[in-house]
Amino acid sequence: MTRYVMVADLRRCVGCQTCTAACKEGNGTPPGVQWRRVLDLETGTYPAVNRVFVPVGCQHCANPPCMEVCPTTATRQRTDGIVTIDYDLCIGCSYCIMACPYDARSLIDQTGYAFGDTPTTAEAARTGRETAGVATKCSFCVGRIDAGLARGLVPGLDPDATPLCVNSCISGALSFGDIEDPASPVNRLLAENQSFRMHESEGTEPGFHYIWDKGTL
Amino acid sequence: MTPSMTSRHQRNWDLRAAGNFIGGGTGSGLFVTAALAAAAGAPFRLALAIGLACVIAGLSLVWLEIGKPWRALNVFFHPHTSWMTREAIVAGILVPAGLIGAVAGSTAVTAVAAVLACGFLYCQALMLRAARGIPAWRQQEIVPLILSTGLAEGSGFYLLVGAQTSNWLVFALFAGLLREVAWLAYRAGLGRTPAAARSVAVFGTPPARFVRAAQLAGLVLIALALAAAVLAAPPAVILALAGAGGALAALAGWGLKVMLITRAAFTRALAIPVIPIRGRSTHARQS
Repeated sequence: MTRYVMVADLRRCVGCQTCTAACKEGNGTPPGVQWRRVLDLETGTYPAVNRVFVPVGCQHCANPPCMEVCPTTATRQRTDGIVTIDYDLCIGCSYCIMACPYDARSLIDQTGYAFGDTPTTAEAARTGRETAGVATKCSFCVGRIDAGLARGLVPGLDPDATPLCVNSCISGALSFGDIEDPASPVNRLLAENQSFRMHESEGTEPGFHYIWDKGTL
Repeated sequence: MTPSMTSRHQRNWDLRAAGNFIGGGTGSGLFVTAALAAAAGAPFRLALAIGLACVIAGLSLVWLEIGKPWRALNVFFHPHTSWMTREAIVAGILVPAGLIGAVAGSTAVTAVAAVLACGFLYCQALMLRAARGIPAWRQQEIVPLILSTGLAEGSGFYLLVGAQTSNWLVFALFAGLLREVAWLAYRAGLGRTPAAARSVAVFGTPPARFVRAAQLAGLVLIALALAAAVLAAPPAVILALAGAGGALAALAGWGLKVMLITRAAFTRALAIPVIPIRGRSTHARQS
């Protein structure tokens, strides 16, 4: 079995938001809708203050609460763990948005373009009537993965089969791959470092792992 | 890190969504009250008709809110796990049952409709409970709160349109007290949930206090109406007290749902349980 996961190394993320921009550009999401975000969190109290950058987005949970509540079956889970939305089935009830503990979904209620009335190339290709009035979220760039697999490429290793945010990450903080493959980089990363998943108590089993600490500087 | 750092106020479900819970609650409460009235030989058809109108109005408001209203029938596709689908399915049977009960004046059909109404209201309560992204709804005490609020609204509304005899005043008082207990349990539960800190704060704001005052005032007025009825006070006094109490019981329920859906609904904060030390190396980078 294959299960694609994302790994974010919180020690390496510098909060540059390049992944955010790459996602925005590649997926042509309208203004106000951001599938890949990087939180800029401040912790502690002065003078002992820390700053942490946390990439967030759809966690592609093994037990997705969004899929459970979806009344239309528009939200589905593939055998490789990727949670998808069928834009032709979704009625835009926003129930999945309420059910997601990761605040990862958006309803596109107004289509618009980043730079006025003229769409960018990506927007022209991606923004259409099918995405207006429905829920959207990070897809792990499922189109790239499928296209890459069809060409015999390996997601996570070959850039053409890897999510745009991972490809664009300047610090190597983001990694992607099949967690069920013992030889995959994500598997090795998780085996050799301490990691956690967000809101694990919810039983969602997110497919987004955060590496935080181990070893010495 | 405080849990509220990345929590945000949800804006996808607005007054139209609240309207569904208002219509569903009052409507279901009226269905149940009408069934009891029918069994007791009291007037029930008007209450049933109003209840039906409330349910239909609530569902219509949701229809106006969804992004793709012309695909609304897709809502029936996922009864296996979705409480929204289940709500829609029950509504599909509830509406004709209520219509037949109101038009034909059938006690038996009204009883069936009341059972369906309970199911409908239960689905609404579970819809909120299943929303894991909103701590104020995720609270397990939300289920008895929604159920008892619907009953209190319906029984209160019945005092406006039906009889104001002692029996119905006792029923409305009972429903109001039930809601009171459910509310206190909900608030206590919410207070124990760190993720719901911002919602707790909302319930301390002036609008929420106003709603709370209306709820308590409604209870007091219904109790006074009951006392007046027991003491054989003039009918006009009983009518005024019961009517005002019933109206407040319903309005307080509506206000509570508006608060719950539109104001107290904050998303679950994105938070990390540990603080990473930045700058350490990553092992096993892809080669």
